[in-house]
Amino acid sequence: MYKIIKSFTLFELLQGLYLTFKYIFKAKVTINYPHEKGPLSPRFRGEHALRRYPSGEERCIACKLCEAVCPAQAITIEAEPRDDGSRRTTRYDIDMTKCIYCGLCQESCPVDAIVEGPNFEFATETREELIYNKDKLLENGDRWEQEIAQNIYLDRDYR
Amino acid sequence: MKFSFLYDIIIPGLIITAQILAVVLPVLISVAFLVYAERKVLALIQLRKGPNIVGPFGILQSFADALKLITKENIIPSGSNKVVFILAPIITMVLSLAGWAVIPFAPGWVVSDINVGIMYLFAVSSLGVYGIIMAGWASNSQYPFLGALRSAAQMVSYEVSIGFVIITVLLCVGSLNLSKIVMAQQTVWFAIPLLPMFIIFFISALAETNRLPFDLPEDESTLVAGFFTEYSSASFVLFFLGEYASMILMSSMTVILFLGGWLPPFDIFPFNAIPGVIWFTIKIIFILFLFIWVRGTFPRYRYDQLMRLGWKVFLPFSLFWVVATSGFLVYFDMLPK
Repeated sequence: MYKIIKSFTLFELLQGLYLTFKYIFKAKVTINYPHEKGPLSPRFRGEHALRRYPSGEERCIACKLCEAVCPAQAITIEAEPRDDGSRRTTRYDIDMTKCIYCGLCQESCPVDAIVEGPNFEFATETREELIYNKDKLLENGDRWEQEIAQNIYLDRDYR
Repeated sequence: MKFSFLYDIIIPGLIITAQILAVVLPVLISVAFLVYAERKVLALIQLRKGPNIVGPFGILQSFADALKLITKENIIPSGSNKVVFILAPIITMVLSLAGWAVIPFAPGWVVSDINVGIMYLFAVSSLGVYGIIMAGWASNSQYPFLGALRSAAQMVSYEVSIGFVIITVLLCVGSLNLSKIVMAQQTVWFAIPLLPMFIIFFISALAETNRLPFDLPEDESTLVAGFFTEYSSASFVLFFLGEYASMILMSSMTVILFLGGWLPPFDIFPFNAIPGVIWFTIKIIFILFLFIWVRGTFPRYRYDQLMRLGWKVFLPFSLFWVVATSGFLVYFDMLPK
């Protein structure tokens, strides 16, 4: 009997309507994305960058550990000794369309040369623009060095 | 009097055209705002912000969407029955606008004040199913076909109980004229003495306009988009407009039958100074808000549950109420003369 009264007065339906009505006036969780951005962890794995030493010398020593560890085989490296005898890359390509952003390259790097920076807004209009070469990666490194250094510093206890 | 082409055809023709435009244009514009309101209210319920870029508070969003859709390519599937395929959205649209001919917005503000207004409205809203069936059949594709079948069965089932609800109201009024139905509610709106009928009518209206929780014909999770899966561009816009225009039509029908049409809630000073058309609009907006609110709250019915509700709950209940109301009216000698 109680159940019949409950179902005929639509009691539960009205309860549900009351709940959704309350939600209309609650604070909204939407972030106005291009104008506001959510917080990023220092470990965020975004666009790749090749870093330099403060002297301007590039860090990468062409050990090819990143190329070996890359599960998507997105990295291609060619290397030969430079005139001063140090070992450097002549070619360092990352196919960003293959990359799965796992972060193994930056973990394997003994000199912190290849890192994944905090930038995630690098969409392009053509596929070709997403095949990065050494110049593009070094340029990224120069542009994002401050943020990358800050993130490495913040993450120092866990490395 | 001599027949004169100017006075007998052109001038009355112009007046009728002006009347039709005066009704249809506001309806089409309000459809745009209804779509915006729906997106906004649903967003608010789900703790989102909803459209807020195009125009102040995103109020022009629907116009931007309409422009986008109309400039897109209209794809007609090669396997479809082309004539019927193109005809179906036009029928849906025309039928949902045709109903507005008999709706009284305020005393005397009605395009055609016919004596069988409610029958006409009921007939036109029932014919709406043809547009859907034709769309589903002409598309020559599984999902639209299933959607059209569901829609046909659903609309037929719920029209039965809507019919009985209308009969109870007519018993209390004694006329099929919509203006007379409104005037009969001067003492008390029918929503109060006939509250259960009001609720049944509202729920059946949800089913009749294919709204959640009864939107099985266009059930995204199982049927892609139901009967208009194959439609694109302008014909999609026509379906969309037709569906929302019939939503507004159903809510104005609810307002006329149960919420006293253009009448103010109390016939005392601050209320009766506001013109009737404003009251009518406010009431329609309230019912439309209920439509959207219900959509934001309830999950979709399963098909067998929908049929059970229609045939095993609403039909006996409304039948009982027809008998109870008429018995009450006869016993207390309150039948309208």
